[in-house]
Amino acid sequence: MKISSFFYSLKQGFKSIWRNKMFSLASIATMAACIFLFGVFYSLGVNFSRMVDSAEESIAITVFFNEGISDQQIKDIGKKIEKRPEVSSYKFVSAEEAWESAKKDFFKGNDEVAASFADDNPMANSANYQIFMKDVSRQETLVKYLQKVDGVRQVNQSQVAAKTLTDLSKLLSIIFVAIILILIAVAVFLISNTITVGISVRKEEIAIMKLIGAKDSFVRAPFIVEGVVIGLIGSGIPVVLLWFMYQNIVRYIAAKFQFLSNIINFVPEGTVFKVLVPISLALGVGIGYIGSRVTLHRHLNV
Amino acid sequence: MIKMEHVSKTYQTGMPALNDINIHIRPGEFAFITGTSGSGKSTIIKLLLDELKPTKGKILVNGKNLSKISHRNIPYYRRNIGVVFQDFRLLQDRNVYENVAFALKVVEATNRRIKKAVPEILSTVGLAPKYRSFPKQLSGGEQQRVAIARALVNQPKILLADEPTGNLDDRNGWEIMRLLEDINKKGTTVVVVTHNMEFVKKMNKRVITIRKGQVVSDVEPTEEF
Repeated sequence: MKISSFFYSLKQGFKSIWRNKMFSLASIATMAACIFLFGVFYSLGVNFSRMVDSAEESIAITVFFNEGISDQQIKDIGKKIEKRPEVSSYKFVSAEEAWESAKKDFFKGNDEVAASFADDNPMANSANYQIFMKDVSRQETLVKYLQKVDGVRQVNQSQVAAKTLTDLSKLLSIIFVAIILILIAVAVFLISNTITVGISVRKEEIAIMKLIGAKDSFVRAPFIVEGVVIGLIGSGIPVVLLWFMYQNIVRYIAAKFQFLSNIINFVPEGTVFKVLVPISLALGVGIGYIGSRVTLHRHLNV
Repeated sequence: MIKMEHVSKTYQTGMPALNDINIHIRPGEFAFITGTSGSGKSTIIKLLLDELKPTKGKILVNGKNLSKISHRNIPYYRRNIGVVFQDFRLLQDRNVYENVAFALKVVEATNRRIKKAVPEILSTVGLAPKYRSFPKQLSGGEQQRVAIARALVNQPKILLADEPTGNLDDRNGWEIMRLLEDINKKGTTVVVVTHNMEFVKKMNKRVITIRKGQVVSDVEPTEEF
């Protein structure tokens, strides 16, 4: 397409948006609502995912050894753990460290009771490896493997927590995808309606264009411009809105609910919007383009 | 230039529009196609514009077999044919200049060519002083002149006119007929579909008469004119 034709199509596309102001506005508003909701879900999703990840990382599998096991055997078990792909990290906890930790957990404020065990570590046989997972859903595989390793007496795991987090994460992903798909369908439908109105308004012009030798692409171009511009405006507005909202909400929660700062560690807006902005704009443009192409194919015999 | 050989056209409804017609219009000729409404005249225009495909037969225009033109190449074929309709088909939101320039924009002509060709063709049809007027501000005859200018600005070899005087009074009708004659004298092949026998008789051109989808007469102009 020549440059002059490109600008002509651009001008006609904008003209058409202006001519069908109400329909264009309705399409932009729907698109904006779609992208806004997408942005909200995405921001929530990213933050939830970070929470799940950090929760997953804090869930450990504990591996206890047979009585009288040698240090070399313990090291060998460590090497086997290290080779497993589902393992994020692991650390060795000696019997003394286990006792120190237990003292903090169970004898807090009862130092005298704890001291009575001074020469006789009740957890003498509790040296262990604590394993942290990359992906909690693969915990079961690792546990089964570890139970068969020589020198391993017992493997403890936090099964309920792992399963709950994995399931919740899956459920949220499904809901997220379903809502986005419905919204996209609604947006495509509305853009398609706007383009249909545009086509019916310009029916005569299109007929003349075809009779005097316009190529199909020349007839289509203004409508494609219309759809893409609606998509672009409809996705640009919510992205800007979300940017301000995200910053303010994060600041507000950090200031008003300081006790939450241990549980929620917000993903910085730069990280969120680095992905959200291109995806939203691409979605807007893509929906606009598809909406107009589908309509042109259906209503315009070119 | 235009050759229709054993052409038949039956619409999807089963209604036959043309039945085995043979027409040969030579380059530079001026021909009328006449007949009552429903005789099949407009179907001929649609076939020549490649809006419709014949059910049977072969159509050759400017040496091209229309049944062999791909969908993609139809626009390029149409650029060699100008067309004018009874209802003018002008864009009401654009002025005279823009309506004519539209025909060149559509074929992606350069701005330089548009700026040169549009004023030229407007003076040919006698509308140069009214280039800024909108269709509603013009008489029927003037609107048809704009339509003719739009059809000719791309310098087609053939001009098809479908009832060009149908919406005009006698005076304006005659002006359009004279304009078409002038255009023909400059070398463009002109085919006028009409049912106005008064114009046909007075113009003394070739007359092809269609009745019930068949050519019933094909009369060359008489010498004494």
